[in-house]
Amino acid sequence: MNLSLLVLAPLITVVAVLFCRGRSSIRWVSLAGVTVQLILAFALLFLYWKERAAGNDSAMLFETRHTWFRALNIDYHLGVDGISVAMILLTAFVMEAAILVSWKIAPMTKEFFVLLHILSAGAYGFFLSLDLFTLFFFLEISVIPKFLLIGIWGSGKKEYSAMKLALMLMGGSALAFIGLLGVYYNTHTFDWPAISQIHLPLQAQRLWFPFLFTGFGIFTALFPFHTWVPDGHSSAPTAASMFLAGISMKLGSYGCLRVAVFLMPEAARIYSPVIILMATIAIVYGAFATMMQKDLKYMNAYSSISHCGFILLGIGMLTQTAITGAIIQMISHGLMTALFFAAIGMIYDRTHTRLVGQLGGLLKIMPFISTIFVLAGLCSLGLPGLSGFVAEITVFMGSWQHAGEWYRLATILACSSIVITAVYILRATGQTIMGPLKDTHYNGLGDAAWNERLAGILLTAGIVAIGIAPFWLSRLLTYKLN
Amino acid sequence: MWAGIILSLRQELMITILIFVLLVYKIGASEYKTNALLNGINLLLLANLIVGFFPCPDATSFSGMFHTNRLIVLEKNMLNLGTLLISLQAYDWLKSHRHVPEFYMLLLATLTGFFFMISSGNLLLFYLGLELSSIPLAALASFDLEKRQSSEGAMKFILSAAFSSALLLFGISLLYGATGTLGFDTIVQRLDGSAFQLFAFILILSGFAFKIAAVPFHLWTADVYEGSPVTVTAYLSVISKGAVFFIFIQLLYTVFKPIATSWYRILIILSVLSITVGNLFALRQNRLKRLLAFSSIAQSGFILAGVIGSSRIGEASVVYFILIYIFSNLGAFGVVSLISAQTGKETISDYRGLYANNPALSWVMAISLFSLAGIPPTAGFFGKFFLLMAGAGKGNYVFITIAALNMVISLYYYLKVVKAIFMDKPEQPIEKLVIPLLPNIAFIVCVAGTIITGLAGWIYDYIYSLSIGL
Repeated sequence: MNLSLLVLAPLITVVAVLFCRGRSSIRWVSLAGVTVQLILAFALLFLYWKERAAGNDSAMLFETRHTWFRALNIDYHLGVDGISVAMILLTAFVMEAAILVSWKIAPMTKEFFVLLHILSAGAYGFFLSLDLFTLFFFLEISVIPKFLLIGIWGSGKKEYSAMKLALMLMGGSALAFIGLLGVYYNTHTFDWPAISQIHLPLQAQRLWFPFLFTGFGIFTALFPFHTWVPDGHSSAPTAASMFLAGISMKLGSYGCLRVAVFLMPEAARIYSPVIILMATIAIVYGAFATMMQKDLKYMNAYSSISHCGFILLGIGMLTQTAITGAIIQMISHGLMTALFFAAIGMIYDRTHTRLVGQLGGLLKIMPFISTIFVLAGLCSLGLPGLSGFVAEITVFMGSWQHAGEWYRLATILACSSIVITAVYILRATGQTIMGPLKDTHYNGLGDAAWNERLAGILLTAGIVAIGIAPFWLSRLLTYKLN
Repeated sequence: MWAGIILSLRQELMITILIFVLLVYKIGASEYKTNALLNGINLLLLANLIVGFFPCPDATSFSGMFHTNRLIVLEKNMLNLGTLLISLQAYDWLKSHRHVPEFYMLLLATLTGFFFMISSGNLLLFYLGLELSSIPLAALASFDLEKRQSSEGAMKFILSAAFSSALLLFGISLLYGATGTLGFDTIVQRLDGSAFQLFAFILILSGFAFKIAAVPFHLWTADVYEGSPVTVTAYLSVISKGAVFFIFIQLLYTVFKPIATSWYRILIILSVLSITVGNLFALRQNRLKRLLAFSSIAQSGFILAGVIGSSRIGEASVVYFILIYIFSNLGAFGVVSLISAQTGKETISDYRGLYANNPALSWVMAISLFSLAGIPPTAGFFGKFFLLMAGAGKGNYVFITIAALNMVISLYYYLKVVKAIFMDKPEQPIEKLVIPLLPNIAFIVCVAGTIITGLAGWIYDYIYSLSIGL
């Protein structure tokens, strides 16, 4: 399969949308575009398994390579392994849902969808890249669309949040950029497979690992660089929140894993206690901060910090099980948080408030939305049968394999944060969904429309599928890790 | 023999002929239609640009005074292209101006000066070229005849230009005293890095620093940029700066090669100062021309980072970045120029809500600013990446870290403009503006250039194949 198709599909959609007239044609063209991407993603999964079943066990499949800057030894180089395939599927799912949820976006419908499709092109390109330059290029593409999406269509203090997000992410890219230069001048190539064959000198690893890990870490809300998350996620329009929390934060953790940890394993071992410290702080602090929130979006944003802490914890533990768990958590959190933001967005569209105190008894008037809200919540607190449980248990099992006292302590702390998660999820659910109807004005509000139902069902299906049959996913992921 | 000289001097001769045509026209025609004249001149400039692309052999004429090679021809073509773009964008401003032929005569005179300067193989010709370009530039800066600010800007420019020329000339004469020659190829043989020669070099370097507006020699920039007509500001910040960088890097990499270790350190200081100070001052500007002025100081600092690389990648990246800079900075200046000519508004607060009525102009501005900030997929990303990559080639990572973090600061003020255009609600929005044909062509070329130059890797590879490095 030609992997460039996945990058081109959103770009072709952009061009098609630009030529559209009228809101409905823009929407349908966008939907068609993301559906094609979803089909492509499934086709990729299918073809990937077929190759593997046929006994092809090279590290990367479907490689395409074109010389880009010959003088600098920079190629446009794409390829996939199990992890990338999983991330591509996640992106396709979340994008499909994001388009469905933004059905009624106005004003400037065309610009909104164009920016969203550019974001998805960046994400696909990032997950597919095997050249660090290409990877960085796709990583940075997404900064400006995010800025515009939040600043134009957002709510609350949107300009402040948009600026904060853009600057902090740019800071992250700058750090990652310096790290990339360091790697380049030690190996004279940006080619990922080539670098992974070269053993970087320990001194260089020590020096450049922090740059790369922190740079990518900022994207995934690494403590103490998480401050853009609450503002950015809360001010963003629903689709952008879904993308930010569902995919964009995963770009960072994917980068941490694939670039920093894979290319510099020794440095990763040296810095692992620090990573674990930061991750544990993020987990516990994020959970406590979530308890204090009154706005549903802020709640989900802070809980994202906590959940992304699990990803970093898994990566920091450096055992195979923990890293597998981290990747499952990336997928699971991507789907779950997108579902959560979608549900919150639907509630907000109808009631025009996101404050827990002003909501109540929504189950009676909007049963579908309430159901997906509860499902997302249960997934977040790790109910068995949903994906959150699988991800977290794998991370904890992997962490426990690490025998050091410090690692054990961090694992125990991280585990106990689940209790806090349960507290805030159940409390929020109880106050907003259950109980008597708080405001009689809400009586006439309708339940989800077909597009919103479709989005909800799509994401829920993903969560449930991983929850019930986790071995599919873990087999996909561990093929490489072995 | 004559044919060879004419061929190698082709680009200079073309411009000179253009100047004479305009002169004769001005004397001969008592009355003329400005519109038709502008169209005609732009066509001639286009023809000049196209002729420049015909292949030309490497040559050295006038006993080493003048030399040309494929890189130099390319650099001149880039300057031709930039001048054409500026001329197209100036349409709105010039069509109501009384002195169109004079404007172009002065403009082309400076361009001739730059061409001779880039091609010089001797400090004498270099200095002549530089002076030929600075004096008409001062006249151009005062070309908004009714505005006091404009003449003030011109005054400041001519004083600072004279001062920098004096420094340069002093340095050149000391260097002559130290080496007994003015030819580039003989100076390089007689440089031994003695204190006296270094002193001469530092004077020359200061002269250059004035021209490229590197901190601490930047103080004239903001006022001159603000006072001059937007067209001239664009010319100063793109063409003039680009030309000076071209000869600067040639001098450093060929003539001052023996003392590379000395200028390496000085340039790092200049670069860090320019990037940081330029950015910090740009943060607080509300007038777009001043903002672009300070941002162009910061950009000079980034270009210096490429120069510091002292490698083939460094030289190629500098030329490549200047090409990108021509497209992106002229895109931004074009919008400012059009809006200023039609409404007289020049501050960021005036641009609030521009998107509502002028989406096309807003996107041109936004794309140009993203390119200046170094955001992909615009070419600025590639330009900055390669400049800093070249700068890191010598292993000076502290310097590169400072430069890279400065990109975050610069993003803030570029995004401030974008925020005003796309997000703010205006009290008095700018009404829908009509974009005449010629500026429209310029915008299309700028945006296309801003996007294609980066993605098309062969452009970089071509420039790389022409450059020599240290």
